[in-house]
Amino acid sequence: MSATTQQEKASSTPTGVGDRVFSGLALAAGVAIMLALAGVFVFLFIEGFAGLSGREELYKPATSFLGYVWPLVFGTTLAAVIALVISVPFSIGIALFISHYAPKRIAAPVAYVMDLLAAVPSVVYGLWGGGVLNGYIVPIQQWLHDYLGFLPFFAGPPSATGRTMLTAGVVLAIMIMPITAAICREVFSQTPRLDEEAALALGATRWEMIRYSVFPYARSGMISAVMLGLGRALGETMAVAMVLSAAPVVTLNLISSQNPATIASNIASNYKEASPDKQAVLIATGLVLFAFTFAVNFAARYIAGRSERRMAR
Amino acid sequence: MTTTQTRSHEAASLTNPKLPAAAPVLVAIVAAAVGALIWLLGSSAGLGAFLAVVVFLVALPLWSRAVEGARAAADRLATSLVWGAFLVALVPLVWLLAVVLKNGLPVLSADFLTFSMRNVIGDDQGGIYHALLGTLLVTAMATLISVPVGIFAAIYLVEYGKKNRMAQVITFLVDVMTGIPSIVAGLFALSLFVLIFGPAIRFGFGGSVALSLLMIPTVVRSTEEMLRLVPDDLREAAYALGVPKWRTISKVVLPTALGGIVTGVVLAISRVIGETAPLLVVAGFTDSANVNLFDGRMMTLPVFIFTQYANSTPKGLSYAWGGALVLILIVMILNLIARIIGKVFAPKKG
Repeated sequence: MSATTQQEKASSTPTGVGDRVFSGLALAAGVAIMLALAGVFVFLFIEGFAGLSGREELYKPATSFLGYVWPLVFGTTLAAVIALVISVPFSIGIALFISHYAPKRIAAPVAYVMDLLAAVPSVVYGLWGGGVLNGYIVPIQQWLHDYLGFLPFFAGPPSATGRTMLTAGVVLAIMIMPITAAICREVFSQTPRLDEEAALALGATRWEMIRYSVFPYARSGMISAVMLGLGRALGETMAVAMVLSAAPVVTLNLISSQNPATIASNIASNYKEASPDKQAVLIATGLVLFAFTFAVNFAARYIAGRSERRMAR
Repeated sequence: MTTTQTRSHEAASLTNPKLPAAAPVLVAIVAAAVGALIWLLGSSAGLGAFLAVVVFLVALPLWSRAVEGARAAADRLATSLVWGAFLVALVPLVWLLAVVLKNGLPVLSADFLTFSMRNVIGDDQGGIYHALLGTLLVTAMATLISVPVGIFAAIYLVEYGKKNRMAQVITFLVDVMTGIPSIVAGLFALSLFVLIFGPAIRFGFGGSVALSLLMIPTVVRSTEEMLRLVPDDLREAAYALGVPKWRTISKVVLPTALGGIVTGVVLAISRVIGETAPLLVVAGFTDSANVNLFDGRMMTLPVFIFTQYANSTPKGLSYAWGGALVLILIVMILNLIARIIGKVFAPKKG
């Protein structure tokens, strides 16, 4: 009894109040973050729900939401996969360069340059991709079509403007490269020094040391880095919207002027003239994108966390 | 006679034969010469450069294989590939910056910075004043929202949560939040305000909410890292003097970590200041300057670049490049400031 009254007295003094207010604020901030994430899902669902089953003409040329969203999901995945295929070897190369190959003196500036590459706003990449790079892609597309035209990817006819899936994929690759490289770099540099020294002492060349002691150690970190890059590529909006000339088609053809849009770029380019009904449809596609990227990020974090737990054991 | 010869040969081969130290340079010169020859024979410079790289990647390992053996050849190949990846990755960065400078500089002028696009028809002058103003206001508001939330959440994680269940969940959610596509953040803010104010709502504050959703995880991550760097000795010394926990945090822990926290916040600002998609959907676009975050559409610099590009007139395109140059300058300056703050306030060692 007396203990409780004493405690109450203690908490009614100024310092006790301060402590309670402060810890309350800290907790509130934490809860706010949880609510915000839940809110993203809830509000997109409320506003997008009507878009899931609206009038048929909203989904032109398809007739249902599924028919409308399918080419977009396909385009999103295709663009992201191209970006990954191009960027992953480079990311790993750059990460190795900074962590194991570069002379100490230039490793830090190189890391800084990569950070700069990551800091360039996406709209500037879009401007560059849609205004400069596309011109240089045109002859490459022609060459791909002439010599590899038997593959479905290069069936053509090649677009004369270069505003194709291939260009969008290249721009996305450049955008996600610094992100993937930064994480890989961190994982590589955490390889135990003793493992590396032991490999070298056994007479391994530098490449064998990397293959047999760095890569096995870093494998799950690399996978989660790649998946985080994938998440970035899936959600990237402006660069794709500014590069791609889009049409509601499903095709593996990367170099023609008829390209499937991505979910994000479709929202950005149709937003201006959207009626409230159409707006609901676009928000519903945004919900699909959110679920998609959430799943990818969730998986990436899970893989990274699992390896952390394994290392801790 | 013969025995001595073999013996001396054996002595020499105690170490593996090696290529001369200048071998990569020699091969590079030969490869460059081949590339230049092809270029001079009438092919494009790009094809020449590409072939030079291929010649280098094939010739050096082959030479190494002949002299040093297969394992060393693989090592040489890996080394050249890694260096090649780095050099190729520099190309887009240099190219991009060069193009932005080349196309942006001619547009840049005092008028360009101080006039809006209001009542500008055809090739009349006009500028980015309204967009610059909007970007600064929207980003400032986003900072105002996300810095307190971010810092307090980090305080909870480090000082109060202590790895309990809730702290683990928040850490995980912050990680996942880092991956939210920017357009989804925009749609979230839009849905929220459409629900409150009706479907036609577009205003600057919505953009701030969307940006802060993207900014909070970065602020939490960097602040959390900095708070963890503060040694526990400092906290315990304060407790031993009878200082309550909240005074310890606000007078001892936060000031110690201040430099790092500010650096993190500035980097977070530089990350979101270039966001286009969320502002496009919530803040809308306009040709006039608007200083009221809570009323009416608001132009921002990234959206300005996008709309001018979408006009696809020569003037629009050059204005887009001018805007891009200003935007990149802002981002670079913010990065530089963050770096300087980080250096100045770096915890003293020893």
